Amino acid sequence: MPVIEVTHLKKRYGDLVAVDDVSLAVEAGEIFGVLGPNGAGKTTTVECVAGLRVPDGGGVSVLGLDPRRDAAQLRQRVGVQLQESQLPDRLRVAEALELYASFYRNPADPAELIDKLGLGDKRNTAYKKLSGGQKQRLSIALALVGNPEIAILDELTTGLDPQARRDTWGLIEQVRDSGVTIVLVTHFMEEAERLCDRVAVIDRGRVVALDSPAGLVSTVAPEQRIRFRPSAPVDDRLLTDLPEVSGVQRTGSQVVVTGTGELLHAVTSVLARHQIVAADLRLEQSTLDDAFVELTGHRPAN
Amino acid sequence: MHAFRNILRTEARLYLRDLPTLLTTIGLPTVILVVLGLVPSLRKPDPTFDGQTFVSYFAPSLLVVTLAMVGVNTLPSVLATYRERGVLRRLATTPAHPAALLAAQLVLALAGILASALLLILVARLAFGVPFPRHPLGFTLAFILGTAALLSLGLLVAAVARTTKAAQALAVPLFLVTMFFGGVYLPRFLLPDVVARIGDYTPPGVQALLDAWTGTSPQPLHLAIMAVIAVAAGVGAARLFRWE
Ligand SMILES: Nc1ncnc2c1ncn2[C@@H]1O[C@H](COP(=O)(O)OP(=O)(O)O)[C@@H](O)[C@H]1O
Ligand SMILES: [Mg+2]
Repeated sequence: MPVIEVTHLKKRYGDLVAVDDVSLAVEAGEIFGVLGPNGAGKTTTVECVAGLRVPDGGGVSVLGLDPRRDAAQLRQRVGVQLQESQLPDRLRVAEALELYASFYRNPADPAELIDKLGLGDKRNTAYKKLSGGQKQRLSIALALVGNPEIAILDELTTGLDPQARRDTWGLIEQVRDSGVTIVLVTHFMEEAERLCDRVAVIDRGRVVALDSPAGLVSTVAPEQRIRFRPSAPVDDRLLTDLPEVSGVQRTGSQVVVTGTGELLHAVTSVLARHQIVAADLRLEQSTLDDAFVELTGHRPAN
Repeated sequence: MHAFRNILRTEARLYLRDLPTLLTTIGLPTVILVVLGLVPSLRKPDPTFDGQTFVSYFAPSLLVVTLAMVGVNTLPSVLATYRERGVLRRLATTPAHPAALLAAQLVLALAGILASALLLILVARLAFGVPFPRHPLGFTLAFILGTAALLSLGLLVAAVARTTKAAQALAVPLFLVTMFFGGVYLPRFLLPDVVARIGDYTPPGVQALLDAWTGTSPQPLHLAIMAVIAVAAGVGAARLFRWE
């Protein structure tokens, strides 16, 4: 039973079609990534899910409820971290969490949450004085303080330095392990690859792919590449005869074999059979980056 | 209700934390009163002011200072900032409604205005012999309606301004006009008669305040105009207000 179901969602801003046709289903307990270039309609999609925007067409169901009609119930059960949402400058960390905790029927313990998010020594620090990473962690804490069943996190690591980003990833995994379903909007491929069980790639308001990160890579950009320096001359035909191999090139003493499937195994076996040692052997596989470029024609941001 | 109380408490704390602004808001009219009151000739009854002293003639204009500061300046810029920074939207994702934050800001604005007015009236009475408002009911009514008119205008500014900058661009001229017609920059007896008469009808309606303070009941028309402005601007603000 999916906890979020979006079917043929459509949303316009005046003449601009922000979401053209988005359908997806998020399963309980997974980290579901919403990927896509800037302006693709990711934020609009999750804001419709969160009940902050009224769709122009299509259906949204969250925990079996309607985000608009059952807004009061869902606000208790869904935590949202909006892109670019700040707090008053003078508000302190603990105050913010205690205030937000007071809105919920069954909140988390603010003090515990503060420690868990590594803000323990910042508890009495004003929002203005927090670093970017600390503000972001506070923002996540606010999305979690109601003990939600689903957390929607929009561009949670944008603007963070690499270390802070990695720390945040660890945190998200902990949250998932505690049983919360997470919808993660991002345009960082590395983040999606590391965290997400499944991702939907959205481009120009449409879902262009929906799969696990590994599944996406192997179907969209299956090409692999092996480089090595053979210990003895290799006849090209030896390699091109293999069904896995699609091409062989030579650059100086280096051989570059491209292909798909169990390419590495096929190539090393045939070399072994001919007593050829492959020195400096390297396997290059496509990443989600490559799949993203294939799907959207854009280079992902970095 | 529960959420509103907690938001109010938190917002009140934020106000108290900004001590310079708080002291200016509440104390500035009284400081001006004291400075003027130290000039002996301004404490002498004068036929220009129907035998009152300049200080008591000018006191209602000093009420305008805080009303204008809070109503058309602080309130809209705080609300526009909260909207621009996504504070209102974040609240919309929780079980609390962002309207609770708006209501809390209104309560705090009222509290500031009230504190400032009480301080002014008290110091005027104790230090400079300005009588307590002679027509308490009329004075209360004029004060409530004038305050409501200015706060509604402030909300209207917050409603139509998309950004903090836009809110300030609207609020500053409105503030200057309010202060000018309220006789703060130039005492009203020095203003051309037509300007002073216009000032009778611009919020917060300083003539009604003066009338009620010095003894006659305020003119119904003056009060009615304030009520109309309060309702019209309030309805406009409610229609136009955006949470994001
Ligand atoms: N409130 C809005 N009013 C008008 N246009 C908007 C609004 N929000 C987003 N858009 C436009 O809709 C498109 C999709 O935006 P968004 O959903 O924010 O994309 P993403 O989150 O993928 O970057 C963009 O072209 C954006 O400029
Ligand atoms: Mg976005």
